[in-house]
Amino acid sequence: MYMLYTVITHGVRKYFGGKPVLDGVDLTVPTGSIFALLGPNGAGKTTLVRILATLVRPDAGTATVAGHDLLADPVGVRRSISLTGQYAAVDDVLTGEENLRMMARLLHLSPRAARARTDELLAEFGLEHARHRRVKTYSGGMRRRLDLAVSMIGNPKLLFLDEPTTGLDPLSREQLWGTVRGLAGAGVTVLLTTQYLEEADQLADTIAMLHQGRIVAEGTAGQLKSSLGGEVVRLHFADPAGYRRALASVTAIRADDRLRMVEVGTDGSAAAVHELLGLLGAAGAAAARVAVDRPSLDDVFRALTEDRAPEKEKESIR
Amino acid sequence: MTTAYALSDTRVMITRCVRRSLRDPEAFFTALMLPVVLMLLFVYVFGGALNTGGKYVDYVVPGLIVLCAGFGAGTTAVAVATDMSSGIVDRFRSMPIHGSSILGGHIVASLARNLLATGLVIGVGLGIGWRPVASAAGWFAAAGMIVAFILAMSWLAAAFGLVVRGAEAANAVTFVLMFIPYLSTAFVPARTMPAVLRPVAENQPFTPLIETMRGLWMGHTSTGAAVGHEAWIAAAYCAAIAVASVASASWLFRHRTAG
Repeated sequence: MYMLYTVITHGVRKYFGGKPVLDGVDLTVPTGSIFALLGPNGAGKTTLVRILATLVRPDAGTATVAGHDLLADPVGVRRSISLTGQYAAVDDVLTGEENLRMMARLLHLSPRAARARTDELLAEFGLEHARHRRVKTYSGGMRRRLDLAVSMIGNPKLLFLDEPTTGLDPLSREQLWGTVRGLAGAGVTVLLTTQYLEEADQLADTIAMLHQGRIVAEGTAGQLKSSLGGEVVRLHFADPAGYRRALASVTAIRADDRLRMVEVGTDGSAAAVHELLGLLGAAGAAAARVAVDRPSLDDVFRALTEDRAPEKEKESIR
Repeated sequence: MTTAYALSDTRVMITRCVRRSLRDPEAFFTALMLPVVLMLLFVYVFGGALNTGGKYVDYVVPGLIVLCAGFGAGTTAVAVATDMSSGIVDRFRSMPIHGSSILGGHIVASLARNLLATGLVIGVGLGIGWRPVASAAGWFAAAGMIVAFILAMSWLAAAFGLVVRGAEAANAVTFVLMFIPYLSTAFVPARTMPAVLRPVAENQPFTPLIETMRGLWMGHTSTGAAVGHEAWIAAAYCAAIAVASVASASWLFRHRTAG
C-alpha cells in the first residue's frame, strides 16, 4: 500500500497539569521525506514524538501513523515505527552485538535471522570492530550509530529521531547526518526533532517550527527563509568613522558597533548591490568587505517566536 | 501464537537481566558473600551467647535465608528502577512486544539470584554442622515455600522500584526488608523478647514463613505451633503480598512509562 503521507495529525492536544503542552497540532509528513520538528526546549517536540510513538495518549485530536490509527490500532503503529530517543536507548551492560540480537529476537526474528541481521547492521553502521565490546565503552557517536542500527532491525516505515545529535561532537554529528540521509535515501520516512537550526537546514525536506505547543511555520528551509523577504547585504567597515557615515546614509536592518557591521535588506539583484555600494562610496563610507546572504533559519525562528502577537502566531506558508 | 511470542519475549528479557546481573561483579560478589559472611557471623560470633535450645546453626538457617532474600529484593528494586530511568524501556514499549515480559525478566532473574543465595546459605550451613532431619517431602515443601516467598518479595521489590525515582531511592527497600527479620523469630525465639515485642515478633509475616521452614527441617517450630498451621499462614501472606504487588507493579508499569 502506497501512502502519500506517513504521518497525518489533526488537532493533537496534550495537557500536563492543566497546562497545554501541545495546543492543536496539525501535521502531514510526506512518505519518504525527512521532516524536522524544530523548536526550543519545552516547545512540545518530545511530547509530540512520544504521542506518535504510542508512548503517551493525546488528550484530544486524531493521528494516523503509517496508515494505522494511533488510538484504534497502536500495535499496528508500533510495528511500523522505530523510536530513537534523546538518550541512546541501548543496554550499556550488553555488547553491541548482544543489543542487536536481543532487539531482533524481540521483533520475533528467528535466532538465525537475528544473527544474520545483526551482522548486516554492524557492517552497515561501521560497528563491526566493536561488536564484542560493552556499549558502556562506546563513544557518543558509536552509541548513536548502534541506536540507529537497532532502530533499523525491523525495517520500519517511519523512524523517529528525537534530538539525534544532542551532545555529539561536530564530526560525529556530520557522520550521523550522513547515515540519516542514507536511510531516507533507502525509502524510510524520518521524523526528527531538533533544537539546532543547522541540523534542520542540513537534513530536512520539510521543517515545522513548533513554539508553545503550536506549529508556527512550516515549509522547506528555503521557503521559511524567503518568508522573511529577500536577502541581506552584510557590510563591514574598516574604521569607526566610515561605519557611522554608512549608518547615517542607509536604512540598516541590523548593525553591530563592535564589529562595525551593517546589514541592509535587498532583493538580491546585482544591480541593487551595485547601487548600494555606489551610494556608500559617495557618502565617504566605502565598505571594506561585502557579503550577500539569505536570512538564516535562526532569523526566521526569532522573527516568528518573538515579534508575533499570540493571535497571529499560527501561519502556514506552504 | 501470541502466547509463543510472550514466552519468547520473556525468555529474551530473562537472558538480558541475567547477563546484567552477572556483569555487575561488585553487586554479584556482595550477593554471594553476604550469605557466607552472615552465616559465619551469626553462628560463630553471636551463636555462642544465644540459647535457642540446641545448636544455633540448627536454629538460624531459615532466618538467614529470609535476610538474604531481603538483600536480594533490594537488588531487584534497584535493577527495575535503573531500567525505568533509562531510555531502553521506552524503546521496548514502542516495539510490538509483551509489556509483561519486561517485568517478567526481572522477576525470573531475581528468583535465580535469590535461589543461588539460598543455596549458599544451605550449603554453608550444612558445611558447618547444620543437621536437618527433614524427609524428601519436607525438603520439597520447604523449597516450595522458599520459591513462593522469593517470588512475592521480588514482585514487591519490582513494585517498589517502579514507585521510586532512581536507583539510590530503590535501595532503601533493602534496609527495610533486612531489618524486619530481626523483629521476628529469625535469630532468637520470641519467648525471649519483652512482652511488648513478643506479639509483634510472633505475628509479623516473616515469622510463619521462618517457622514453617524450621518446622519442616528440624521437626519442631520455635513458637510451639504446628508446622501445618504456620505453613497456611505463611502461604496466605505470600499470596497476599504477591497479588497486591503484581497488581500494583503492573499498574505502575503501565502508568510510569506512559508519563
